[in-house]
Amino acid sequence: MRVVLAEDLFLLRDGLIRLLEAYDFEIAAAVDNGPELTRALLTVKPDVAVVDVRLPPTFTDEGLQAALHARREVPGLPVLVLSQHVEQLYARELLADGSGGVGYLLKDRVFDADQFVDAVRRVAAGGTAMDPQVISQLLARKSRDEPLGDLTPREREVLGLMAEGRSNVAIAQRLVVTERAIAKHTSNIFLKLDLPPSDDDNRRVLAVLAYLNGS
Amino acid sequence: MNIRTTALAAVRGLGLALLAMVGSLVLFILMVVSISLTPVVIGVVLVPLVARLARSHANLRRRLAYRWFGVEIKEPYRPKPHFQGGLIGALERYRWVMMDRATWRDLLWMICDATAGFTLAIFAFSLPFYGPYGWVLALGVWRPIVHSGGNEWYTFVPISDQATATIAGLVGFVYAGLGLWLTPKTMHLHSRLTAALLAPTHERELELRVARLTETRSDALDSQAAELRRIERDLHDGAQARLVAMGMSLGAIEHLLERDPKKAKVLLSEARESSSKALTELRDLVRGIHPPVLAERGLGDAVRALAMASPLQTEVSAEIPGRIEAPVESAAYFAVSEILTNAAKHSGARRVWLDLRHENGMLRIVITDDGQGGAAMSHGTGISGIERRIGTFDGVLALNSPVGGPTMVTMELPCELSSPQP
Repeated sequence: MRVVLAEDLFLLRDGLIRLLEAYDFEIAAAVDNGPELTRALLTVKPDVAVVDVRLPPTFTDEGLQAALHARREVPGLPVLVLSQHVEQLYARELLADGSGGVGYLLKDRVFDADQFVDAVRRVAAGGTAMDPQVISQLLARKSRDEPLGDLTPREREVLGLMAEGRSNVAIAQRLVVTERAIAKHTSNIFLKLDLPPSDDDNRRVLAVLAYLNGS
Repeated sequence: MNIRTTALAAVRGLGLALLAMVGSLVLFILMVVSISLTPVVIGVVLVPLVARLARSHANLRRRLAYRWFGVEIKEPYRPKPHFQGGLIGALERYRWVMMDRATWRDLLWMICDATAGFTLAIFAFSLPFYGPYGWVLALGVWRPIVHSGGNEWYTFVPISDQATATIAGLVGFVYAGLGLWLTPKTMHLHSRLTAALLAPTHERELELRVARLTETRSDALDSQAAELRRIERDLHDGAQARLVAMGMSLGAIEHLLERDPKKAKVLLSEARESSSKALTELRDLVRGIHPPVLAERGLGDAVRALAMASPLQTEVSAEIPGRIEAPVESAAYFAVSEILTNAAKHSGARRVWLDLRHENGMLRIVITDDGQGGAAMSHGTGISGIERRIGTFDGVLALNSPVGGPTMVTMELPCELSSPQP
């Protein structure tokens, strides 16, 4: 699997290269600034991009902007964004096109190599990987939003895990119930959020989007 | 130029004329007399007392000028220092009043108000009634007046029979028209006269501004120093301590690696947890100092991010075509953050509307909620604290929160805009 990597801190970039190579990824390009990232994303068209939000030359949200730009040019280009801080605003922007293949994680998630690589693979496969911290920020909010207010606490829990990007199998394991129970919950969630039957993966992304937008 | 505004202006004219007579004239005389009594000591005691009355009279007129004519007039008086008791205190008071140029300007205003102001006000009041008076005469009221031997002139028309009375009635129409047209204008002129004499002089205005900036600057420095202490303490007790613990764990692991690999593994996972906790703490600290979205995107999106995290349903509209100077941006962000927190905690509101725009070198932020209102500057230090902090940047805050709601906070900060990010 070919990866484009963008990270301006040498130590972290080097570490990420090693980590990804150890898990049999091929590093197609490793860059340290925004313009080069845009170029790499559009020419290399990697299977997945791992991108730091804040990059030179502006040290603002260059990385995120480059990723969003590339996804407009190459729809569905899988991008996993890493950041020192996670912000709902950015999560929403990443998910805005509803096509999946996005992830947004805290940089510390790299500590747990297995989980991190799992997230990269999920994103590459067109799934989502949202940081639990984004989700918990949302859960901390009162349930003032009507459509989400219809959900039972259990369904909210399932939606939260779905928002992180977990599969039904993984959610079932986490909540210690059968996979069939989860399937029932998810179809209830889709029903309550008024998401018509379609490709299941896509509906998951839309459900997450509805969750993030709180609408 | 309709009847309603004219009637209102006329009534206000009467009010101001009365105030000029019983207020300005009386107080002017009292003031002059008490000043002239200075050599016989009584004046020393009297002057501050009369000045206090005169000032509250002038302040009443400043407020009226704002409420009736929308003319804002700031108070020009020097702040009241701390006085000693007894005779020395009385002398200090006397000196304080007499050394303030505003006292003398008030005196000038009072005599002008009692003369020119009074004339204008009574003119504005009576003009609209003069027209109808002509009509009343023409309708027959001239008869009893003339018959009882009265000698009635309507301006230049001597009234002796119905014909002349009719002429008076016709002239009355001219006066009625004039009244409609002139009365509001006269009152406007009156308010300009008041403003010209009651407003602080340019010099005094600068003094007031310097005083305000000096005061808010020391506040800003205090809170900044306190903030630095907090950061230092948080680092010392948090991240630093965790890193030290990690270092010790790693030392122990090194030692245990061969002898007791199992124990080493436990310690390793503890060390990893420590590092992640240290990161979380650092993250929170950074967010408190300079929130990442603010650094990356500027005020508009930072406030949007705040709105998303708020438990209230929050709508944001932001029109800021560029980046605001960093210190102002940061001050505005934390002010908005605190007001949102206040709204969530105390207002009982469900919805909040945030409006941010930059126009004519001024950042204007309006925050409205649908809560129960009744917030006040004096309740606690929250709002007044925010006001003082944005005061460092010459910013102002206005709070409008009638009991029953809604609450509206408006902030204005002068600032430059740099070109938008590419």
